[in-house]
Amino acid sequence: MNYWPLIGIALVVIGFALKFNPMLVVTVSAVATGLIAGMDSVEVISTFGKAFNDNRIIAIVWIVLPVIGLLERFGLQQRAAAMIRNLKSATTGRLLILYLVYRQITAAIGLHSTAGHPQTVRPLVAPMALAAAEKQHGELTEEEAEKVKAYSAATDNVGLFFGEDIFLAIGSIVLIQQIMAGYGYSLAPLELALWAIPSAIAAFLIHSARLLLFDRKLRRRGQ
Amino acid sequence: MITLHWLYALAGAMFAAFALLSALDKSHSKRFGNATFWGLMALSLLGGDAIGDFGNGLLVLGLAGLAGFGFIGRSHPPTTNDGERQGWSERLGNKLFLPALIIPATALIGTLAYNYTGLGSLGWIEPKRETYVFLGLGVLFALAAIFAWLRPPVTAPLQEGRRLIDAIGWAAVLPQMLASLGVLFAAAGVGDTIGALARMVIPEGSIFATVIVFGLGMALFTIVMGNAFAAFPVMAAAIGVPLLIQGYGGDPAVVGAIGMLAGFCGTLMTPMAANFNLVPAALLELKDQYGVIRAQVATALPLLLINILLIYWLAFR
Repeated sequence: MNYWPLIGIALVVIGFALKFNPMLVVTVSAVATGLIAGMDSVEVISTFGKAFNDNRIIAIVWIVLPVIGLLERFGLQQRAAAMIRNLKSATTGRLLILYLVYRQITAAIGLHSTAGHPQTVRPLVAPMALAAAEKQHGELTEEEAEKVKAYSAATDNVGLFFGEDIFLAIGSIVLIQQIMAGYGYSLAPLELALWAIPSAIAAFLIHSARLLLFDRKLRRRGQ
Repeated sequence: MITLHWLYALAGAMFAAFALLSALDKSHSKRFGNATFWGLMALSLLGGDAIGDFGNGLLVLGLAGLAGFGFIGRSHPPTTNDGERQGWSERLGNKLFLPALIIPATALIGTLAYNYTGLGSLGWIEPKRETYVFLGLGVLFALAAIFAWLRPPVTAPLQEGRRLIDAIGWAAVLPQMLASLGVLFAAAGVGDTIGALARMVIPEGSIFATVIVFGLGMALFTIVMGNAFAAFPVMAAAIGVPLLIQGYGGDPAVVGAIGMLAGFCGTLMTPMAANFNLVPAALLELKDQYGVIRAQVATALPLLLINILLIYWLAFR
C-alpha cells in the first residue's frame, strides 16, 4: 500500500501541534501533498488556486461585519448585557440552553445561515452569557470569562451540527444520498433526515446537562 | 437572475474598502501588510474568475506568506469607548436590538417567502442560494436603518468592519484554505490509504467491532480533514457499504445518516474545522485559540459513543 499521501496529514498535525501559523502549515502541506501526487509545481499551485476560487462562498458571511461593528459602536453588547441583568431567573446555562434549542430548530428548518458566530454569538449571545454569569457569580476572572465565551461559541456549533441534518435540502443529506446511489441504494432525503433525529435529541440532552453543570460550578465559585 | 456573483461583488467591494482604509491608517504599524492582504481578498472576490487558476494560486500563496510571516496585525480604527457605549446603550434602550434583528429576520422571512409562496417560481435568484442573497439584502437594510436612525459618520460601517476583520485576521481566510487543502488530499489518494488502514484493524465476523471502527473512523478522519463531507465517501467505500450494508445487512439510511453525524462529533474536536472552532475564538478575542474546542470535547465524546450505539441498534433491527 502507498503510505506517502499521509505525509500531508502528518505535516498538518505536527504544524498545528507546534502552533505554527496555520496559513503556512496548510500551504506547506498542500504543496507537499500535490508534489507527492505527482503534480509539477505549476499544477500544484493551479489546483490550489482553483479550489480556493471555487470556495469563495465561505467568505460571503463577513459582509455582516460592518453592521455588527456599527451596532457595537452604539453599545449593542452593553445593551444585551443590561437586558440579561434585568431578568431575574436568567443564568448562563439556561440562556445557552435556550439558544441551543433556537439554533437546532432554525437549522432543522433550513435556516442555518441566519445565525452564527459573527451574526449572533459575538454581538448578542456571548455578552448575554457573560452578563448572566456576572449576576450569578459576581466579577469574573479572565479565565472564567474566557470559559463563558467559549461555551457560547460551542453551543452555536452543537446546535448547528445536530440540527441541520434534519433539514432535507442540506448539503450533507444530498452527499449521503449521492454516495449511496452510487452503490445502488436509492434513499429518500426524508428517510435520512428522520434518522438524524435521535442524535439531535442526544446532542441536546448531553450539551444541556453540561451547561447546567457549568451553571452550578459558576454558582459555587461565586459563594 | 441574482447569483452568488452579486454577493462576491458586495463582499469584494467591502474588502477593497478595508484595504484602502488600512493603507490610509497612519497609526497602524503594519498598514501596508493589512492593505495588501485584504486587497488580495478583494481581488479574489471581484476578479477570481478572470485571473486563471495559476493566478489564483499565486494569490493564495501571497495571502499565506503575508499571514504566516507576520505582515498583518490588529488595527485601532476610530470608534467609541466603553463609557460612550454604555451611554448610548442607556439612551437607546432595547430599540437597539431592532437593527440587529433585521439581518436574521430578512434572511428568515425572505427564505420562507421565496420557498413557500409563488415567488420562487419566478426564478429571480440562483437556486438554493436564496438564504445568502437575503442575508446580503438584510445587511443593506440594516445599514440603511442605522443611518436613518443614528446618523453615524459615513465611513463608520467600514471602519467598524475593519476593526472586526483585523481582530479576526488570517483566521477569516483559513477555512477557505482548508477547503482547498482537502481538494489536494483527495487528488493524492489520502482517502484510499485511510480506508485501507481502517479495514486492517477490524476483526472478522463482529458486527459491533465493525460499527465501532466505522464510527471512530468517521470521527478521526473528520478530525484530520476538518470536514465530515471528506470523510464520508472514504469510510462508506471502505467499511460502510462493503461490510455493514452488504456484509451484515445493515440499513443503508441509518448507516449513512448517523455515520455522517459521527463525523460531526469529530468536527467539534479539530482545529482543521477552522470556521467553527478557530474563527469564533478569534472573533470572541479568546487568549486560547483552542478554547472553543476545549469547551466542546466533553460534548463530542459521549455523543460519538451514542452515535455508534445508535448505528448498532437501529441499522440491524
